[in-house]
Amino acid sequence: MSDVIPANQHVVIVGAGHAGGTAAVLLRQLGHTGPLTLLGEEALPPYQRPPLSKAWLKGEADEEALLLKPLEYYAVHGIAFHANTRVVRLDRDAKELQLQDDSVISYDVLVIATGARAIPLRIAGADLEGVMFLRTAQDAEELKATIGPGKRLLVIGGGYIGLEVAATGRALGAEVIVVERESRLLARVACEALSEFFRTYHEEQGVKFELGYTLTGLEGTYRRVTHALLSDGRALSCEAVVIGVGAHPNEEIGKEAGLECSRGIVVNLEARTSDPNIFAIGDVAHRPMPIYGRMFRMESVPNALEQAKQAACAITGRAAPSPEVPWQWSDQYDVKLQIAGYPFDADLTLVRGQPSSKKFSVFHLKGDLVQAVEAINSPPDFMIGKQLIGNRKPVDKAKLVDSNISLKEIVA
Amino acid sequence: MADVTYIEWNGTKHVVKLKAGVSVMEGAVKKGVPGIVAECGGSCSCATCHVYVDDAWFGKISAITEMERLTLDCAKNVKPNSRLSCQIRVTEDLDGLTVRMPESQY
Repeated sequence: MSDVIPANQHVVIVGAGHAGGTAAVLLRQLGHTGPLTLLGEEALPPYQRPPLSKAWLKGEADEEALLLKPLEYYAVHGIAFHANTRVVRLDRDAKELQLQDDSVISYDVLVIATGARAIPLRIAGADLEGVMFLRTAQDAEELKATIGPGKRLLVIGGGYIGLEVAATGRALGAEVIVVERESRLLARVACEALSEFFRTYHEEQGVKFELGYTLTGLEGTYRRVTHALLSDGRALSCEAVVIGVGAHPNEEIGKEAGLECSRGIVVNLEARTSDPNIFAIGDVAHRPMPIYGRMFRMESVPNALEQAKQAACAITGRAAPSPEVPWQWSDQYDVKLQIAGYPFDADLTLVRGQPSSKKFSVFHLKGDLVQAVEAINSPPDFMIGKQLIGNRKPVDKAKLVDSNISLKEIVA
Repeated sequence: MADVTYIEWNGTKHVVKLKAGVSVMEGAVKKGVPGIVAECGGSCSCATCHVYVDDAWFGKISAITEMERLTLDCAKNVKPNSRLSCQIRVTEDLDGLTVRMPESQY
C-alpha cells in the first residue's frame, strides 16, 4: 500500500461501541506503539449490545459480563479511553476534532466508529415517558424498570430488535403487542417462510400482532404514555412502547467534513475513507462486499469485528484480511436463528427440513450458487451454508434439500 | 475462584483466576488471552471459541448440549475432547482446569 502509517502516530477512534473498542484492542495486539485514544459518548467502556434485548433485559447478565474488556484493560494497554465524550466537528485540514465542551483533540490517523442511531417516530406523543428505543445500556435499564407482569408492552416494528424485545417481554411476564406496518414480520430482512415461522412461534408464546398498521399518535397522562392510536382508529392501552423501526448511520461528522458518503461513510476494502488518514468502521460504514460485487452498509457484530480488523491491519501496515461471508444471529425464546450471506439476485429458494419441527433452513440460490442461508435451530446448515457461500462452488440442489444427506458431504 | 490454564497452539501458557459463573471463553477474552475469538459473544452461534479440554478435566465439566454438539461438529480440527469454551461455566470444582487452543478458529 502507498499509504504506510508510521508506528508513532496518534490514532484517535471516535465511537466506543463494538467496532471502536475492538479496533483499539487489535491495534495494540498488532503492534501499534504510538498514542491511542478512544472516545465514547456513553458512560460505559465498550460493551456488547446484543444482550441488551435478551440476557441483560432479563437480568441474567450484569455490567461486568456486558463489557468487552474490564475498564482497567484500556489503561494497562496504553489506550486512553474517554467516556461521556462527544465529537461535534471534524477539521481534516488541521487534523483536529472539536468536542462538545469546545476542547480540541488532534490526530494523525482517525477511525470513525460512530455507529447508528434509532430512527424516531414522527408522531404526536413520541416524546412521552415510557416511549423508548433500545440502543444503549441506559435504554435497556429504563425498559427493564418499566415492563413486568401485568404491564402491556407495545413494540413498534417487527424486525429483529422488535421480536427479541417481544420474546423477552413475554419472559418477564408482560403482555406484548407488536405493530408492524408491513403485512409480514421481518419483511426487509428475511424470507416469507421465516416470517411465517416467527409469527406462529410468537403467537404460541402469547404475543399479539397488528400487521399492516402504523401508529398515528401516542397519548398519555402526566407526561406518561397510556395509549397508542393505530391507523384504523383503535386506541391500545399500554405502559411501555419500544420503537424498533430501523437505524440511521451517524455519518454527520464525516459528511460535514467532506468525506464521501452514501447512506454511510464510503470506505474501501481496508476500511479507508476518501481521506487516506481517516477510516470508518462498523454500522456507520458503507463498504464493499467482494463476494457479492457490491457495496452496502450492515448493522451487525460480525461486521463491526471484521471492519475493526481491516482498519487495524491497514494502520499497522498489514494486508487486508481476505473477504468474509457476512453473518448474524438472533435468539428468541429457545429459537436460534443464524443467517449467513444476503440473498442478492437470488432466483431460487429451497427449504431443508420441516418448519413444523422447529428445525429447518432456507437456502437462497442464484443459479447453482448459494447466496444466503437462514437457519432455524440448525447450526450445521448455517456453518456449511456459510462455507458454500464463501467458496462459490456450484451445489447439487437435490442433495441440498435432502435431510438424509449430510451437508458436510456436499461441501467436501 | 478457580485458576484456569489456557495453552496457546504455540505452547504459551496463561493462568487466569476466574469467578465461579463466568464462562471459560469470557475469562480468556476479558484478560486478553489470544486464540479464542468468540465473535458471537457467547451465544453458541459461531464456533470461534473452540478449545480442547485436558482429559483429566473433560468428565468434570458440564455435559455438552445438542446445540453445542451441532455447532462444534462443523468447526475445524475437532477432536473427541473439543468443546466450545463459551458453554463451559467455571465452578470452584474446576480449579486447575486446563484447556488448549486449536491452531486457528477459522
